[in-house]
Amino acid sequence: MTDDRIIPTSSRTPELWQELRHLTRARIGLGRTGNALKTDDVLDFQASHAQARDAVHTPLNIEALTGFLGNEPYYCVQSRAPDRSTYLRRPDLGRRLDPEVAVTLPKGDWDVVFVAGDGLSSFATQQSAIPLFRTMQAQLADWTVAPLVIATQARVALGDDIAVMLGARMVVMMIGERPGLSVADSMGVYLTYAPYVGCPDSSRNCLSNIHPHGMTVPAAATKLAWLMREARHLKLTGVGLKDAAPELTALETSKPLPEKDNDQ
Amino acid sequence: MAYGCTLRGERYAFGDLKTLMAKASPARSGDELAGLSADSDAQRIAARYALADLPLSTFLHETLIPYEADDVTRLIVDTHDTQAFSPVASLTVGGFRDWLLSDAATSEALSFIAAGITPEMAAAVSKIMRNQDLMTVSRKIRVITKFRNTIGLEGRLATRLQPNHPTDDLKGIAASTLDGLLRGMGDAVIGINPATDSVSNGLALLEMLDHARQRYDIPTQTCVLTHVTNTLEIMNRGGAVDLVFQSIAGTQKANEGFGVSLGILKEAHEAALALNRGTLGNNVMYFETGQGAALSAEAHHGVDQQTVEARAYAVARAYNPLLVNTVVGFIGPEYLYDGKQIIRAALEDHFCAKLLGVPMDCDACYTNHAEADQDDMDNLMVLLGAAGITFLIGVPGADDIMLNYQSLSFHDLLSLRKLLNLKPAPEFADWLERMGLYDARHDRVLDVPPGQTLLGQMVR
Repeated sequence: MTDDRIIPTSSRTPELWQELRHLTRARIGLGRTGNALKTDDVLDFQASHAQARDAVHTPLNIEALTGFLGNEPYYCVQSRAPDRSTYLRRPDLGRRLDPEVAVTLPKGDWDVVFVAGDGLSSFATQQSAIPLFRTMQAQLADWTVAPLVIATQARVALGDDIAVMLGARMVVMMIGERPGLSVADSMGVYLTYAPYVGCPDSSRNCLSNIHPHGMTVPAAATKLAWLMREARHLKLTGVGLKDAAPELTALETSKPLPEKDNDQ
Repeated sequence: MAYGCTLRGERYAFGDLKTLMAKASPARSGDELAGLSADSDAQRIAARYALADLPLSTFLHETLIPYEADDVTRLIVDTHDTQAFSPVASLTVGGFRDWLLSDAATSEALSFIAAGITPEMAAAVSKIMRNQDLMTVSRKIRVITKFRNTIGLEGRLATRLQPNHPTDDLKGIAASTLDGLLRGMGDAVIGINPATDSVSNGLALLEMLDHARQRYDIPTQTCVLTHVTNTLEIMNRGGAVDLVFQSIAGTQKANEGFGVSLGILKEAHEAALALNRGTLGNNVMYFETGQGAALSAEAHHGVDQQTVEARAYAVARAYNPLLVNTVVGFIGPEYLYDGKQIIRAALEDHFCAKLLGVPMDCDACYTNHAEADQDDMDNLMVLLGAAGITFLIGVPGADDIMLNYQSLSFHDLLSLRKLLNLKPAPEFADWLERMGLYDARHDRVLDVPPGQTLLGQMVR
């Protein structure tokens, strides 16, 4: 639905706008009735907004996720935010494990743990987390990879708590990004070396915009594998690792204080 | 010093002034997140009674954030104008509310006291004002600023045209700019939030905007909303800087989080003044603010988010800005949860800044994880229009594809102008008319296909 509007089919649309819409996904050249938007454009906007809101509010379908794992072991955890409404108001609670759940995670000795967190778009995690995890397992044959952890009401920093409980030297948090009107299923991946509770965002590396029309899962896996090997070699993530990898221009560190941006 | 109030037989005590202010604030998620909000509705109203009885002059000898620890406090204290304060010096906070709403508080009287009002006084009185009070008083205050046109006149509503693009594609930005101009937008500024915050990218975007402005002789100003240090460097390299942009906040530490200091702002202000690019006036600064910024930087010093926000207007006021707007719903539901909280915050921000003499405007907006939708924005834009706001932000179809949030569409702003009988800035309206885009007799932006206008060539 969202994609239909990029190349409109309406015969009422002046030709020049059709041409210009190849230059931007912005909703340009929308017609007027009086001063207002036309019915089709009003409904299209509402459909996109509905999709974005559903991405925020639909619970992660854990059964469907674990169905892909077959007999592989996994853990399910939740943060201290008991529900979505609390999660949205209290990002601090989404960064810490529910204490009752935390004790169920056995201490081990792992190179890395992957976490599939719902974040602000369960659609994204539902779609891309298992495919990325599978691809990474294949690429990291010589690593000890902990069982997948599925985390609900999760913020990025929840991965730190999980890694500490499991005894993992690195954590990869795969998490749904705040949905926009044009993309509601975008996943972000945050890599943190030697994570601890209270670890600053500047010590993470981030790959964002992972969805079928953005960065594909195989492309993300290649970048992530490179980052993980460098992180293990340099014993760090964050700004230091970003500076060592200038050729990877798509690589970002988490922004320290985004101005028009949001806290994940 | 402690404060207290007995309300219907129950005694409520408040340990200090910032606690009293926080407990008196209308409910919002950011204060709950910070652990500062009232424990009950009754406690909130008790705090308002206590606040209403407080002499306004209390704020001149009791600081919420220590003078020694914070340069914004120092700015507020050191620039306070005693003479401007004198007409209201004997009032309590409650008495101040009554005076603001009275016929004695004319536009001239309000303009006279502006330099005598501190952000904390404005925040305090706003907490005992209802939404309609905030609108009624704001409506009486006009702050007029000029660069290449005149912003803030009675009966006018300017707009910022925001043509953002996720990869800063020049043609994509030009296409959105064309769309906005054809809808009569852009008299406040044509302003891009760049996806890549760098000097070279800023230079390229500014050159494109300045070229279009000169080609069509548009009486407006352009801006790339990059960090002030980038803009300084762009000016050093001879870039086409009309306005210096910066996000600012109400404490020194929060500003440090944004990577700015009062000194850097002063340096940039002086550099932009020296370029002397304004034709009608020399207001060269553009600031954005928003409740919650200080808390998210862990720099709020235990002060409630609305009061800290008002302190940012003291920073803005020091540099005679052309434009200031609160990005009210952008920060997310952990600070302003829903449409009700967003609307209240926007009216507070507009009121407090105008009372301080700052040309405050608004990005009426929300994110997809807030409990808000376009109907809330319709309500907000009409309330702000009625309160006499001087500019609002417009985005194609209300959908910002770079920042992933929703603001107002060009269509929304045309509807608002019609509803409240508001016109574009006069110089810009004349230009629209010359371009065949505006019927001045009926105050109507015409619906002209791009191919039939000179502007249609803009994206070539």
